[in-house]
Amino acid sequence: RRLRTCWDNMAFTLYSLIQAAILCVNAVAVLHEERFLTKIGWGVDQSVGGFGDEPGIKVQLMNLVRSVRTVMRVPLIAVNSVCIVLLLLFG
Amino acid sequence: CNLAHHRTGRAAPPAGDSVLFEDTSSAAPAMNNQGYYTPGYNMGGTSNDMQGGAGVNNLFTDPMANAAMMYGSSLANQGKDMVNKEISRFMSVNKLKYFFAVDTRYVLKKLMILMFPYTHQDWEVRYHRDTPLTPRQDVNAPDLYIPTMAFITYILLAGMALGIQKRFSPEVLGLCASTALVWIIIEVLVMLLSLYLLTVHSDLSTFDLIAYSGYKYVGMIFTVLCGLLFGSDGYFVALAWSSCALMFFIVRSLKMKILPSLSSDSMGMGSSAKPQLRLYITVATAVFQPIIIYWLTSHLVR
Repeated sequence: RRLRTCWDNMAFTLYSLIQAAILCVNAVAVLHEERFLTKIGWGVDQSVGGFGDEPGIKVQLMNLVRSVRTVMRVPLIAVNSVCIVLLLLFG
Repeated sequence: CNLAHHRTGRAAPPAGDSVLFEDTSSAAPAMNNQGYYTPGYNMGGTSNDMQGGAGVNNLFTDPMANAAMMYGSSLANQGKDMVNKEISRFMSVNKLKYFFAVDTRYVLKKLMILMFPYTHQDWEVRYHRDTPLTPRQDVNAPDLYIPTMAFITYILLAGMALGIQKRFSPEVLGLCASTALVWIIIEVLVMLLSLYLLTVHSDLSTFDLIAYSGYKYVGMIFTVLCGLLFGSDGYFVALAWSSCALMFFIVRSLKMKILPSLSSDSMGMGSSAKPQLRLYITVATAVFQPIIIYWLTSHLVR
């Protein structure tokens, strides 16, 4: 329809933002500590930097991944279940 | 002399003052200290009491209605307190009030700086005993009033531009609004992420970033207006002008907050990559503005 062709490439609704956010957080949540992160050198025990020195980007990123995994583990279960049910019901 | 009068006055009204104090000895507090105040207060108090009593008797002859109204008002107060408490868990309302403390002079000067920042000399945000000054007192302070108004004006202008092209429908307005909102959210999240990753200890709060990200809507409005009035050429000229002005504004404003001051000695030899990365963030933010202005306005001006 006319509305879609004009706005196809740039129309963001808030729903698409929520979808993108859920997908990104899911992607961060499936990074396993032992099996994957330590193998590529992003494990938690490898993030001890020098004291008195500000942590670099890699350390900050590892801390961020670890915090997101710890904090969002339980809410993601609920949000994903709700999403699955809604998509099954309403397509 | 006077002390003796005061002491006897508290116990029982002295004979000389009995005309003034007799009626309201129970209602008025320390009346002896304020000699000439008390007559007016007492008479006003008594008349108010009598009027209030008469009014209450007239309005609420039914004690049940009176009790119900008081219960309802206490429920409403409880609800209001609960809502305030919940909201203040997510964002502090006082901090938000700071951003809306603007006046006309500030708004005019800020709009002029946004459109023509090249002559503005002093870009420091002034502080007053560790708290930043409100926008009313400091023209460099970020505010949320201009971005909010500019956002709403941009949506209305987009609706008008689409109506001129005969492509208007009410859903398009909502779509335009949510698209612009999503781009703001994306930009603020990317800024927050990059500031966190580079451990930039600045005092830029989320609201500050929203404010700086919302200033581009002023440029967008100017661009769309010129595009509508003067056609495609006017659109590109206005786009170039507002892009340059906005880039200059963002770089000068954020430079103070993100980049370390020149006199920091501890950062000299340890991490030479840090100042570069911070500069990259500032420049990337500035370069992002014209891109998003073009992206959000080109379809309005054909």
